[in-house]
Amino acid sequence: MIAINDIHKVFNKGKANQVNAVNGITLNIKSEEFLVIVGSNGSGKTTLLNLVAGSVIPDKGTIIIDDNDVTKLADHHRSQWIARVFQNPISGTASDLSILDNFRLAAIRTKPKGLTIGINDQFKQQVKEKIATLGMGLENKIEQSMGTLSGGQRQALTLLMSVMDSCKVLLLDEPTAALDPRSAEVVMRTADKLIADFKLTAILITHNLKDAYNYGTRIIQMSEGLIINDLDSTKKATLKQNDLFDWFG
Amino acid sequence: MDFYLTALLQGLCYSAIALGIYISMKIFNIPDITTDGSYTLGGAVTGIMLTHHQSTWVILPVVIVAGALAGALTGLIHTKLKINALLAGILVMTGLYSVNLIVLGRSNLPVSDLPSLFNGFHLIADPNQNTLIIISIFVIVITFLIGYLLKTDFGIAMRATGNSESMIRALGVNTDRMKITGLALANALTALSGYLIVQFQGFADISMGIGIVIVGLGSVIIAETLINWFKITSVWISLVLVLAGAVIFQLVLAFTLAIGVDPNLLKLGTAAFVLLIVSLPRLSFNRAS
Repeated sequence: MIAINDIHKVFNKGKANQVNAVNGITLNIKSEEFLVIVGSNGSGKTTLLNLVAGSVIPDKGTIIIDDNDVTKLADHHRSQWIARVFQNPISGTASDLSILDNFRLAAIRTKPKGLTIGINDQFKQQVKEKIATLGMGLENKIEQSMGTLSGGQRQALTLLMSVMDSCKVLLLDEPTAALDPRSAEVVMRTADKLIADFKLTAILITHNLKDAYNYGTRIIQMSEGLIINDLDSTKKATLKQNDLFDWFG
Repeated sequence: MDFYLTALLQGLCYSAIALGIYISMKIFNIPDITTDGSYTLGGAVTGIMLTHHQSTWVILPVVIVAGALAGALTGLIHTKLKINALLAGILVMTGLYSVNLIVLGRSNLPVSDLPSLFNGFHLIADPNQNTLIIISIFVIVITFLIGYLLKTDFGIAMRATGNSESMIRALGVNTDRMKITGLALANALTALSGYLIVQFQGFADISMGIGIVIVGLGSVIIAETLINWFKITSVWISLVLVLAGAVIFQLVLAFTLAIGVDPNLLKLGTAAFVLLIVSLPRLSFNRAS
């Protein structure tokens, strides 16, 4: 599904604050694989994810998504395959817009945004039913603005928004980092369920080793812009939580 | 009474600027001050075309395109050259001064005895009320079009662009193009105010746009205060409040003059009035916390 070949990214090249964020990573992610990336701060995880999303364009190397070479494609063009959940709940939703408006935009992620009114009773009903599956009681608040919700509620809705339109790849950049433990668990469970239900290929960045252990079908560890550990599903199954802690020992 | 009617009419003429500033400042979150230039540009185009005996309906689309081009230029400078929006606006506004002077050919152009939007149609005998009706129809149509636009999928994407850029890019919107479109729309509306005012006042003037951005800002800030006050979320009511803001602003200025304040102090009074409205919500907010 995603083929990353010898990819490099250097920030501030030639200056005193030069950062070699990604130093030649080759990574093949199969369809319906749920890849977890761990690594300490500055190891290049987020840059790698941004390279896949298109927010950052590589200096060298190629990225293929679903047999399309997307190496030079801007992020808003890659949205036809990719949905994202950001670390900051504010980044993934528009605060001043209603829940309904947010969902409308998500529902036409892969389509042009035209000059017709897309929100009708049928659409409202569809959104209500989707939101009801979260069990948060938000289905009767769809006219409320996104900004009035808690971070956990917003992350859960962002996840749901990603599957409003056809989606193949889901990128999760520390989606629970800003949440309390209980909300974090709800969000991770929702993500896991959606990934399985919609047969998504997913990449999760996390600093929570318990989540890294509990979720995903493959795990890699990054350090200084390189992959230093890579365990596929069979190896991940035999992995113990303490082994993971040892990676950072 | 006629004094206040004139203020009301002027307020309605300025409501297009208010809508323009509402779009650039509140929807796109971009402080755009191309306004001073694009307003005069609208007025200059109207003035020169009227003196060349063009019909007001031919002038209308030309004014809209001229304003949109000015706004799109600011948008291009801001997004493609990554120059601060405020500076981009100042650059275009400064450049437009020369453009306006060339268009106008001189610094002041009277058009009062030429057929215009307001003296071409006689719906009722009283000229002031006649003007009121024509301007009202005009403003209602504009407001309806903008309101409809904001309700469409494109409009939701517009509103999200100023709100959460990372989100809207992830949802497949080219934010640069969106901002350029938004600034073009905002300045087309601003130019439309110039078009209305020139035909209303009966002259175009090179300095008519000096400080006009404050009229738009003041109107939007009045509207925003009301929107926050009554916790409005409806797009339609917000737009109506922006119109109300433009009218209230002119009525307050008329009142200031009526109680005998020196007209030389008018701009100072305007600035003080806007400062007052901006600071009011903050003052009461501090008390509450």
